[in-house]
Amino acid sequence: MVNVLEAESLTKNFGAIRAVDNLNFELKQGSMTALLGGNGAGKTTTLSMLLGLLLPSAGKIRIFDYDFVKDRYPALKKMNFSSPYVDLPQRLTVRENLTVYAKLYGLKDVESAISEMVEFFRLKAFIDRRVRKLSAGQKTRVSLAKALINHPELLLLDEPTASLDPETVEWIREFLFTYQKERGATILLASHDMKEVEQLCEGVLLLRKGKLVEEGSPTSLLAKYDRKTLEEVFLDVSRATQ
Amino acid sequence: MINSDSLLRIQGLLLRYFYVLRSSWPRIIEISYWPTMQLIIWGFVSLHFGAAQPEISASGILISVVLVWDSLFRSHVSYTLSFLEEMWSRNLGNLFVAPLRPWELMLSLASISMIRTLIGMVPAALLAIPFFGVSVFEMGFPLLAFFFNLVLTGWAISQVVTGILIRYGLGAESLTWVIPFMIAPVSCIYYPLSTLPQWLQEIALLIPTSYVFEGMRALLLNGEWREDLLLKAFWLNGIYFFLGMCFFLFAFRAARRQGLLLQSGE
Repeated sequence: MVNVLEAESLTKNFGAIRAVDNLNFELKQGSMTALLGGNGAGKTTTLSMLLGLLLPSAGKIRIFDYDFVKDRYPALKKMNFSSPYVDLPQRLTVRENLTVYAKLYGLKDVESAISEMVEFFRLKAFIDRRVRKLSAGQKTRVSLAKALINHPELLLLDEPTASLDPETVEWIREFLFTYQKERGATILLASHDMKEVEQLCEGVLLLRKGKLVEEGSPTSLLAKYDRKTLEEVFLDVSRATQ
Repeated sequence: MINSDSLLRIQGLLLRYFYVLRSSWPRIIEISYWPTMQLIIWGFVSLHFGAAQPEISASGILISVVLVWDSLFRSHVSYTLSFLEEMWSRNLGNLFVAPLRPWELMLSLASISMIRTLIGMVPAALLAIPFFGVSVFEMGFPLLAFFFNLVLTGWAISQVVTGILIRYGLGAESLTWVIPFMIAPVSCIYYPLSTLPQWLQEIALLIPTSYVFEGMRALLLNGEWREDLLLKAFWLNGIYFFLGMCFFLFAFRAARRQGLLLQSGE
């Protein structure tokens, strides 16, 4: 399998604080990997660097074989991102938002891209409603529609199911699973939900205080720590390294 | 440099700003409200003083300079407010994970600024004809040159202000309204350059707007077209525009170094 993303000695300092410390990992094409860690572990900082929003203090990032730190634009065309903590313009309707982002990603046939997202994410009932008038679950679906409008080969998700009702959570999980399998997309998701990770991901990167403290498949980690759930593994790792 | 993808991205951002305008009638009214108010107030000031001292309102000089100066302020505010829309809606993170280059954002902001400035200024300039008998359009081509020069100055200021905003967040929002007025005293809008003390004249000569208003006075009062003044204004504007662009790019890089693009609040 080809590596879609390679992080080498990735480090980020904010003054005297080392938020991310010498991370080395890679993501294989078509894989779904979870980035786990408690608050302040460095997940968002790592995601921000992988998205080009934050410059690393040291280290290299290669995405689709491009040197991402030097020139991120060719890779960004084939990537996308969704986070409940980054809003879409609230005054715009769902259709307007999707139109804007379809153009930002250089899509020529905007109408058919939007139609596809409307069908995928069941947006028809509120496609012409302003984003600010949507429920949390609807906003998440719109945010995911924005994240998939360019059919990204690499999708980075920050807590994609945070604060959602169980039905929406289940629907999103199924959707991500199907999207990954059908499109061969690579997905990296930061999550606090261990059940979600066990259900969806074949790889886990466990961060603590900016360091990669565990890496492997959920099954291998369960076996290594002789535990039944990833949550127990997570707690073991946190306690062991305290 | 501008390929079809860049054009699509610029078009996408222009659509985004158009949608915001369309969705909010106060925003639409605000665009032409202030230029019209300025025109009305200064129109009556001009009539009042002109009755006692005709040279003050000769050739509609006062109304003309007010309208042209406002084009600087409008172009700056339109540019910066459009950028602030992204900060208010916490959308910078989404924008910059798209393959949007900073210069594409700057070009989009400048384009929407030009559109909004024209929407604001043209009705006010047209109203000046029936209400005060002053038509700035009679200046012809020089009006375009004066206007474009001031718009360029407005954009140069905007680049610095948006750079400060991206670096220091919404806490610096009030600078949007304050900074253009820093150059007003040395722009010689309402009085000739010779009115200033010598040391201030030397500073004024470094400001492109002073050449624009000296040129306007020469044209409207003496019928003299001072190409030399206009060229100096363009030259200085070119320098400031370039410096403003560098400042924004520098601030953008600093924001990327410090992780500010995801936390664009206060």
